Amino acid sequence: MGKRDYILTAILFVILLFGLWLAQNYLNAYMIRILNTAFIYVIAAVAYNLINGIAGQFSLGPNGFMALGGYTVALLMLPVYQKIQVYFLTPLIWPFSVITFPSYLFILSLFLGGLIAAGGAFLIGFPTLRLRGDYLAIASFGFSEIIFVLANNFIPLTNGALGIKGIPQYTNLWWTGGLAFLTVFLIRNLVNSSFGRALKAIREDEIAAQTMGINPFRTKLLAFAISGFFAGVAGGLFVTLISTVSPTLFTFAMTFNLLIIIVLGGLGSITGSVVTAFIFAFLQEILREVEATHTIGSFTIPGIPGMRMVVFSALLVVLMIFYRRGLFGTKELSWDLVFRLFKKKEPQE
Amino acid sequence: MSFTQFFQQLMNGFSLGSLYALLAIGYTLVYGILSLINFAHSDVFMLGTYFAFYMITIFMLPWWLSVVISVVLCAIVGMTIERVAYRPLRSAPRISALITAVGVSYFLENLGLVVLGARPKGFPRPDLMKNVYVIAGAKIQGVSFWVPIISIGILMVLLYIVYKTKVGMAMRAVAKDMETTRLMGVNVDQIILYTFALGSALAGAGGVMWAAKFPQINPLMGIFPGWKAFTAAVVGGIGNVVGAMIGGFIIGLAEILIAAFFPSLTGYKDAFVFGLLILFLIIKPNGIMGETLKEKV
Repeated sequence: MGKRDYILTAILFVILLFGLWLAQNYLNAYMIRILNTAFIYVIAAVAYNLINGIAGQFSLGPNGFMALGGYTVALLMLPVYQKIQVYFLTPLIWPFSVITFPSYLFILSLFLGGLIAAGGAFLIGFPTLRLRGDYLAIASFGFSEIIFVLANNFIPLTNGALGIKGIPQYTNLWWTGGLAFLTVFLIRNLVNSSFGRALKAIREDEIAAQTMGINPFRTKLLAFAISGFFAGVAGGLFVTLISTVSPTLFTFAMTFNLLIIIVLGGLGSITGSVVTAFIFAFLQEILREVEATHTIGSFTIPGIPGMRMVVFSALLVVLMIFYRRGLFGTKELSWDLVFRLFKKKEPQE
Repeated sequence: MSFTQFFQQLMNGFSLGSLYALLAIGYTLVYGILSLINFAHSDVFMLGTYFAFYMITIFMLPWWLSVVISVVLCAIVGMTIERVAYRPLRSAPRISALITAVGVSYFLENLGLVVLGARPKGFPRPDLMKNVYVIAGAKIQGVSFWVPIISIGILMVLLYIVYKTKVGMAMRAVAKDMETTRLMGVNVDQIILYTFALGSALAGAGGVMWAAKFPQINPLMGIFPGWKAFTAAVVGGIGNVVGAMIGGFIIGLAEILIAAFFPSLTGYKDAFVFGLLILFLIIKPNGIMGETLKEKV
């Protein structure tokens, strides 16, 4: 990134802040909620794309990492009196039973949630990424299911199936929008660095990358841990947005949504994921219509609950077969591209 | 724990393990040939139970006939999935095929929730499975007694097909080297279709017996058994049929015996399977029967 690009990015950030201010003041709660969800999807999808699209390693773990981050943030931010109320059957174990972060340490709790999630990613990445083949997919899938089982069974920590409620609602548009911008900025720069080029080399041909002096295992593991970190942050934001967490919050459906987002945006395109994360957040609301009951004249078409997911999963298969590139392919929206679009002077070579 | 109790648990473990083995073979056959984790396999397993359920309750067919029909239908579903979703992606990057597999699996599950209903259904068990046998003082449920026997019979037939028939030989050849096999005049696409049919039929048979053992069926019932069966395939050595059987029995026995010896840990028995997977990936990633493959450039 040159100096020009940094300035333009800074201007974009200011525009984003202004947009957030407008949204915060003039939009209704429903729209703000969708925007918040969209920004959280942006963080999680961009992180997921780093491992799936850029590094080409198929992971099915983001819902597990989001759960780790979510529970960490919930346990750290929940006030002590609320903890006593929530854990009325089985008391919460020490040290969480006595510590509560004050609201200005919210960012620290998000960071810790991310770190715990990155630790989980390291735990699965270490045995599986050394190996060729798709062991990562099955191990990360299992990991997420195990997180679900643990969240249900390890009641002194997670309060089991009842979940934790009454988490202070710290997340607002400033947090989600700001962190989404930061995540995209960091991961874009990471992808454009030598580390990012190493990841792409591994995606294209691992053996060739190895002969060029790249250590595939270390590079993949680091990318996976970074991906896990941001997924954890997204999970923490989500939990403090809806102020409750339970095992069913981060099921495989979450991973599936993210998978749709990154496939539709183009595997390997960070900006593509950003665009489709927004499209998806709104599409999800629009498609509620499919599940609702409609009355046309004297006819009543009954709503079909669950139809949305059928549509989405069919969409994913069709996309993979007929439109594998997605909207952006592996290309990125960049300032260069924008300038070329406006100049149109020199013919493209 | 007395010996009779231990024997009872052992039989339970064997019956569960034989079901995992049946399911694991479908994963290992497909992985051996296409290097693809067929996520939809666990949903074919689920469909198998529903096919049998509707044959018995709606069409009032006898039990054995519904099992046969359900197995045939499962084979057809498996072939359809291969033909519609996987074949167009044969030359695509591997990650595309994997994503498609996840998509198909999720599609079948959600379609199941919409069409079949999310409420669990009670599966009618035949009397044969409900009887209680007394062997050497130990009370053995009919399921725990018959399921391993039937499964081992099916596994014998499978081994015969894979190792003694021409189709089986072609399957093993495709798994070794697809291009060379094509040059030898084998219709590779057809063999892959047969492989899917065979694996899905086993999943169907396993599904019906699973429902006889745990007689409550719902559209998401396949997820956990499927994942454990894939773990069994990895433990046994992915791509190896005999290994998948051994892995299945190991996982089934481990799961039951852990719950039997440490009843307080029953809620965590799935976590033990996960631990076993991670352990194997660290110590012996090629599995028990797997051979070390050289990476071809």
